[in-house]
Amino acid sequence: MQGEKKGPVLEVRDLTKIFSRRGQPSVTAVDRVSFSLMPGECLGIIGESGSGKSTLVNMITRLIDTDSGQIFLKGRDITRLRGRALRSVYSELQMVFQQPADSFDPRRTLGHGIGESLRNSGWSSADAAEEIGKLLERCGLAAAFAGRYPHEVSGGQCQRAAIARALAIRPSILLCDEATSALDVTVQQEILSLLQTLRRQQGEEFSILFICHDIALVQQFCDRVLVMYQGRIVEEGIPDNVIQNPSHPYTKRLIDSIL
Amino acid sequence: MKQTFFRNHENRSNRILPQEKKIQAGIKKDRTGSARARLVFFGLLAFLLLLGSVFSEALAPYDPDLQDLTIAKAAPSAAHLLGTDRYGRDMLSRVIAGSRASIFSTLLLVAVITAIGTLIGVFCGWNGKRADAVLMRISDIFLAFPGLVFAMAVAGLLGGGLHNAIIALAAISWPKYARIARSQTLAQRETAYLKAARLAGSGTVKIIFVHLLPNIMGPILVTSMLDIGTMMMELAGLSFLGLGAKPPTAEWGSMMSDARSLMTTAPWVAFSPGAAIFLSVMVFNLLGDTVRDYADPRSRDL
Ligand SMILES: Nc1ncnc2c1ncn2[C@@H]1O[C@H](COP(=O)(O)OP(=O)(O)OP(=O)(O)O)[C@@H](O)[C@H]1O
Ligand SMILES: [Mg+2]
Repeated sequence: MQGEKKGPVLEVRDLTKIFSRRGQPSVTAVDRVSFSLMPGECLGIIGESGSGKSTLVNMITRLIDTDSGQIFLKGRDITRLRGRALRSVYSELQMVFQQPADSFDPRRTLGHGIGESLRNSGWSSADAAEEIGKLLERCGLAAAFAGRYPHEVSGGQCQRAAIARALAIRPSILLCDEATSALDVTVQQEILSLLQTLRRQQGEEFSILFICHDIALVQQFCDRVLVMYQGRIVEEGIPDNVIQNPSHPYTKRLIDSIL
Repeated sequence: MKQTFFRNHENRSNRILPQEKKIQAGIKKDRTGSARARLVFFGLLAFLLLLGSVFSEALAPYDPDLQDLTIAKAAPSAAHLLGTDRYGRDMLSRVIAGSRASIFSTLLLVAVITAIGTLIGVFCGWNGKRADAVLMRISDIFLAFPGLVFAMAVAGLLGGGLHNAIIALAAISWPKYARIARSQTLAQRETAYLKAARLAGSGTVKIIFVHLLPNIMGPILVTSMLDIGTMMMELAGLSFLGLGAKPPTAEWGSMMSDARSLMTTAPWVAFSPGAAIFLSVMVFNLLGDTVRDYADPRSRDL
């Protein structure tokens, strides 16, 4: 038990993705990226637009295929899983998307989206409905929001619902791909403090991979940060250290730009 | 003078006054309201036509196939409201009986091509690759031919009869639906909500039926509503040419064809099935237009 907990919950090794299209030069969106996410840790990934952050996350969630490298979830290689085996991965690994409104089916209620993973894992609709209410309340929304459609709520409320959806199945890893970028500053802070509370409640059981392009947020929220530049990880460390002693020119530019 | 006018105009357009907002909201409500009223009206008419076609046997005052040569080619009268044809069959009964072949078959045909075309299109858009390329080239071939000519060839090959006419029309009509469904699927395939459904542990079939289809059905349904009238005409056209329903089956197209030689002596024999085609095509076309107006958010939110 003790030994199991010490290992990383998520480890990626030499992950690479090359987009090639006929008649166009191929793009190496992610280039031999390796890192590990420890239990209870909040790991930030920062990088400019186009540096491959979303591609990396999509490979980890297996929404796109990996060209080379491996992904380990609690020691288990999930790089090539398919079908039912892949679906079992999603009970450990969940994600919050950048555009909250787009991440809910416009023709279904928020409650339908939040309960989908529960129903898929065999919950009765009555039990699921009760759980959806609890989840919404945990994320700071009234249970009645379950009956709303995505266009009937604000961006911040929608992102709270999206977090409720991601938490429904009780995952041990939450991937946030710029989950706060589309929100205004005050709502951003609300979402962050919600995530903080969730971390405090669940401790070691819950790790976050927090993708962002705002270094201030990363400094505030993350235990460790990776800096991505043109598909590679160019720097790694504790946010305060990275900010005080940036070694890579891109990190320097990034920090200069906000000071 | 001119300048002040422009300045005023600009000022006004930059901010919306509360009363203007109210007026705009009122207009919006009215338009949606009238579209809904039309939808209900034409939907009801179409539903009545469909109901009539299903219960045509009970509705017909006489046996539509009962011949009585003593009253052949009788003009409309109290006993025979639309007159009788060359064999003395009651035209009103035949027109009512013909609605089964015309309306019911058309709706069946449209339902079938909508379902098949949509499934093929979704399959192509979702999977891409070789199956997509092959199926889309096939649909190109179908779309390149003039439809009715192709249907005539297919129906001729299959050898007439209402069933074969329906098969022929289905064979030439699915590509349009496959095209729409494919482009809609391509547009939706990478959206975040479909990714979220995958992360919720839903399989591909479930994602397609629960999330994708409801989101792409709008334009497809509008197309099929608008197609009902066209298909009704084409089905009647094939029957008129002798490639559809065979006599003595009552069918509007073949009834008109039958009545050609009586045009001068007993025009009512051609008139009633013609009017029936005209009226039903009109009802379904107007219903299709209304559905399109109602489904298109641009026309709804104006
Ligand atoms: N499907 C694709 N086909 C081809 N190239 C792609 C595809 N997806 C991403 N790319 C390319 O890969 C690179 C990385 O893109 P990615 O979306 O991962 O960046 P990002 O770091 O998430 O940026 P942002 O901060 O804007 O979200 C970009 O150069 C992009 O053009
Ligand atoms: Mg991104």
